[in-house]
Amino acid sequence: MTDSFIVDDSLIVAGEKLGSRLILGTGGAPSMQVVAEALTASRTALCTVSIRRAGTTTDGSIVDVLAEHGVRLLPNTAGCRTAREAVTTAQLARDALGTDWVKLEVVADEHTLLPDPVELLRAAEKLVADGFDVFAYTNDDPVLARHLQRTGCVAVMPLGAPIGSGLGILNPHNIELIVAEATVPVVLDAGVGTASDAALAMELGCDAVLLASAVTRARQPALMAAAMAAAVDAGRLAYRAGRIPRRRHAQASSPTTGMPVL
Amino acid sequence: MNITVNGEPQALADGSTLAQLVEARLPSTRGVAAAVDGTVAPRTGWTEFVLRDGQAVELLTATQGG
Repeated sequence: MTDSFIVDDSLIVAGEKLGSRLILGTGGAPSMQVVAEALTASRTALCTVSIRRAGTTTDGSIVDVLAEHGVRLLPNTAGCRTAREAVTTAQLARDALGTDWVKLEVVADEHTLLPDPVELLRAAEKLVADGFDVFAYTNDDPVLARHLQRTGCVAVMPLGAPIGSGLGILNPHNIELIVAEATVPVVLDAGVGTASDAALAMELGCDAVLLASAVTRARQPALMAAAMAAAVDAGRLAYRAGRIPRRRHAQASSPTTGMPVL
Repeated sequence: MNITVNGEPQALADGSTLAQLVEARLPSTRGVAAAVDGTVAPRTGWTEFVLRDGQAVELLTATQGG
């Protein structure tokens, strides 16, 4: 075993050390029991929750379930279409849950659920000025990521593909560009369909992966959560190890000297 | 007076506070936030927040999502 296994490779975001590079969303799970099983299997340390009208569910409190599992809350502004809505939702989340952390999500329309860059940046500026630690869900656009970073976001979270699509990472080159310029953690958020997508995100240099549907809507959510945890670990190790360059032709791994004449 | 709470009409005694409304509507105030007419009404001010006729209150909490 080499030194590289011993070093503490924990993710640090907003000055806090997290015990896992897999961040889970809880949306789409058929029951709180399924959420609980997925949390355990994923070994996640951070989980996003949405802010909705109180008293509409009878399935227990997600806040209690996360607390029981020692998982930190990352409230989100899912469903918001304007900066004003997102800022108000973030303020409500802070008042309700007592955390400055927020996953900022401002989508343009219901069809694509793609982030609206103008409203996103506007909301990020306001929330950072208001003392929030902003995790910005963004397009796979290196320039927008740069702006969000300059604004003071604590993490930029480019999508691999549209939310819930399971299409994987559609533009790995852009994700690499975002990583190359990053001064804050980069979290691949949205689009992950299966474990290899999560591993690829980490191999591209992302600091973490955030996913929900891939686990909560899998045939067996807890099994998929375990697969994602393993994939994130494997991808991170591969990134640190440094992959071999791609070659156009074969390169023998056996010695070319000492060949007998037969 | 009449207000709306989470989109539904509700009759309320004059002079009712936000704290009284939350207590009457929800089993617990833990993890709950309130907005009145689209603006955050901080938890620390609920007992002094006297509701007025026609106001729209949203009572919110964390739920699965995202």
